[in-house]
Amino acid sequence: MTKAKNDKLVLSLVATGLGFLLGAIVIIGTGKNPFIMLNAMVFGTTGINIAKGIFNARYIGEFFIQAMPIILTGLSVGFAFRTGLFNIGAEGQVLVGGLAATIIGLGVRAPSIVHVPMIILGAMLAGALWGALPGFLKARYNVHEVVVTIMMNYIGLHLNNHIVRNIIGTTDGVKTAVFPKTAMLSSEFLAGVTNGSRLNWGIVPTVLAVFVFWFLIEKTTFGFGLRAVGFNKEGARYAGMKVERNVMTSMAIAGAFAGLAGAVMAIGTFGFGRTLPAAEGYGFDGIAVALVGGNAAFGIMLSGLLFGMLKAAAPLMQSAGIPKEIGSIIQASIVVFVAMKYGLEKLLVLMGRKSREPVEGSAV
Amino acid sequence: MPHIIEMLDITKDFPGIRANDAVTLQVEKGSIHALLGENGAGKSTLMSILFGLYQPDAGKIRIRGEDVRITDPNVANRLGIGMVHQHFKLVHNFTVTENIILGLEPRKGLVLDTRRAAKRVAEISKLYGLDVDPDAKIEDITVGMQQRVEILKMLYRDAELLIFDEPTAVLTPQEIRELMQIMKRLVEEGKTILLITHKLKEIKEAADTCTVLRRGRLIGTVPVASTSEQQLAEMMVGREVNFHVDKKKAKPGEVALAIENLEVKNAKGVMGVKKLSLEVRKGEILGLCGIDGNGQTELVQALTGLAPIEGGRVLLGGRDITKLPVRKRLDLGLGHIPEDRHKHGLILDFRLDENLVVHSYGKPPFAKYGILDFEAIRKNGERLIDEFDVRSGEGPATPTRSMSGGNQQKAIVAREIDRSPEAFVVAQPTRGLDVGAIEYIHKRIVAERDKGKAILLVSLELDEILDVSDRIAVIHAGEIVGVVDAKKTDENELGLMMSGSMRKVG
Repeated sequence: MTKAKNDKLVLSLVATGLGFLLGAIVIIGTGKNPFIMLNAMVFGTTGINIAKGIFNARYIGEFFIQAMPIILTGLSVGFAFRTGLFNIGAEGQVLVGGLAATIIGLGVRAPSIVHVPMIILGAMLAGALWGALPGFLKARYNVHEVVVTIMMNYIGLHLNNHIVRNIIGTTDGVKTAVFPKTAMLSSEFLAGVTNGSRLNWGIVPTVLAVFVFWFLIEKTTFGFGLRAVGFNKEGARYAGMKVERNVMTSMAIAGAFAGLAGAVMAIGTFGFGRTLPAAEGYGFDGIAVALVGGNAAFGIMLSGLLFGMLKAAAPLMQSAGIPKEIGSIIQASIVVFVAMKYGLEKLLVLMGRKSREPVEGSAV
Repeated sequence: MPHIIEMLDITKDFPGIRANDAVTLQVEKGSIHALLGENGAGKSTLMSILFGLYQPDAGKIRIRGEDVRITDPNVANRLGIGMVHQHFKLVHNFTVTENIILGLEPRKGLVLDTRRAAKRVAEISKLYGLDVDPDAKIEDITVGMQQRVEILKMLYRDAELLIFDEPTAVLTPQEIRELMQIMKRLVEEGKTILLITHKLKEIKEAADTCTVLRRGRLIGTVPVASTSEQQLAEMMVGREVNFHVDKKKAKPGEVALAIENLEVKNAKGVMGVKKLSLEVRKGEILGLCGIDGNGQTELVQALTGLAPIEGGRVLLGGRDITKLPVRKRLDLGLGHIPEDRHKHGLILDFRLDENLVVHSYGKPPFAKYGILDFEAIRKNGERLIDEFDVRSGEGPATPTRSMSGGNQQKAIVAREIDRSPEAFVVAQPTRGLDVGAIEYIHKRIVAERDKGKAILLVSLELDEILDVSDRIAVIHAGEIVGVVDAKKTDENELGLMMSGSMRKVG
């Protein structure tokens, strides 16, 4: 087991390395210096600009702002995947989570200590419902969850837009009124130490979610059942596990993680409800994050940070004259390299074997 | 006779295990050479090396006296080595000819020339007495015929050496006899056959020479004519083997499992089990025999809760369990060794110790307040591995997928017996296992009977049914057509009932 985990880690690291290498080659191809990319990555995560010799802590805060939602959607996709389900619907679950946060944020008057938990739980519940419905259809009628979750994304998007625009009302056609202070996760302290970034207490539920994922999946009887269903449905049924119920709960929990992402963005990053012309891609980033993170809690956290770094560095690269799409290229190629798992494994084996090859040759 | 193939001092290491240790295999041209060994003895590794799927760490391969290096299966094919796999590799909605020419389609200009190919297939088929219709679709022909198509595929490619990997595992007794004839015919026509198996009967019947492997080592190569089955078995297992199951007379007690007018639908939606009634008493083994597909699978799944029951009742210790879910039935004392150990019996991606608690992981000592106690799970694993002699590379932490079939089955048996259920549904417990493991599993089943457990043994192997059972019920077309005393019946009588041409209840 530890060996398998090790292999997964090596694979993800190699894939990441190759992705960056490819990015560097593309930059060289456009006639720029790949060091600019490296500098942007370091600047975007640590706030240290090697080229200019300056330090700005705000970038650290913004880096976490980028990473938090995709860690959460990564957990969402990863959790479903451990039960053998493909949750393409994290996007929609984020949206309804955000919508629930907006409704409770604007509609309830309560002290912060009640208001914030209420919003977070409400958003998670909304996300859970949005995930449980495809889960139910899968369990009861064997409707494929991929199809349903994709459709639920559109429903979620337009439901959000309809309610925000026509029921809650917007100030400028896009944004709702600003949430009361009691609804917000914002922290003067965190903003202070990061030179006025948007960093907020959303970091707490995010880290908690990583632990909850790990604990549920790896340590509990509940997780044992989910993993069994994920590996072998028929075997789990034979062992007396309730496969259908596990499918539904797993999708609901996956939805709750994504709903939490919606809340963290609504009351942490933005502070108001929004209408959106199209989905923002957090759900799809989540698929990539889960894949690279090997569907394990801490792997997802690390790969979420990695992809957060790429997102944070993109505008910095652009200002240095490198197209921001380079970040997307690197992100995409890391995913492709991870998906090319078997090819890479073979490559690693071949490289490891090279030293032994002459012995083999002389023996034959 | 010259050797067509020589594999000399082949050694192959895998992480943590030496699969082949200086193994030598020399096959004479024009002979049937058997390769015998238990599961995990290194037969498959050796054949994979011959077929170019693995490279040996040491040793050399000579074909027709020349040193060769087989780097991939294409090289093996060019050298005239063909493999008839255990699991056929055929396209089901293609015809026999289309399957055979797949990969080297003959062409006339730009068009596929199937006609010419079909003619050649028919010729080869006639030459070796295979009796295959070149224009039949694969999905319409029997498993035995499909195997012949695999053989034809090799012959069409001019293979000189045909490797048969466990060829009889999927065949009926009749088809096995026919296959033996075909093999002999092939040899008469100058082909060489390498037969991989662990069935001694077949070796005695067909092979000229036999090479025995045990735990990766070469034990010996012997002429089959002058070696007894008993001797072969001892070479394979490394100790004396008892073919016959020793058991005392059964002392049947009260009824533990009662099946009343049971009706179950099969996968096609028609009744696969029709108004079936049976009683299994404490302290007896009731064998259920029948030709594959006569309702056995449906019956077992209905009893264990995997398939819904349409009509009738199932009573376990007098309690109606007809509508209970799987977990409840298990808790009430039902044990189940499933027919398909990979699909049902195990979660192959779990560790061995996790698989040993798949029923009971939610209960103390394995879990408290819903949190797993991995230490207790590991200890339980160590205990069962020790008690049931389950061989695994890394003990409780062994990935179940990496274990041999025999040891996987032992793990399932260990788990089920350890739960100590009152009534056992045992389906195909020894399918694909070697004599050592079969002997062991039979012994454990009888031991459970002697403890007063009720056992329903469902098997397609008549020998097993006759050897292990106290009473035998015969199923045909979803109905019980006979219940007889195991001591007062024989293969013939059972065979007649299995085919539906005789009924006998009493």
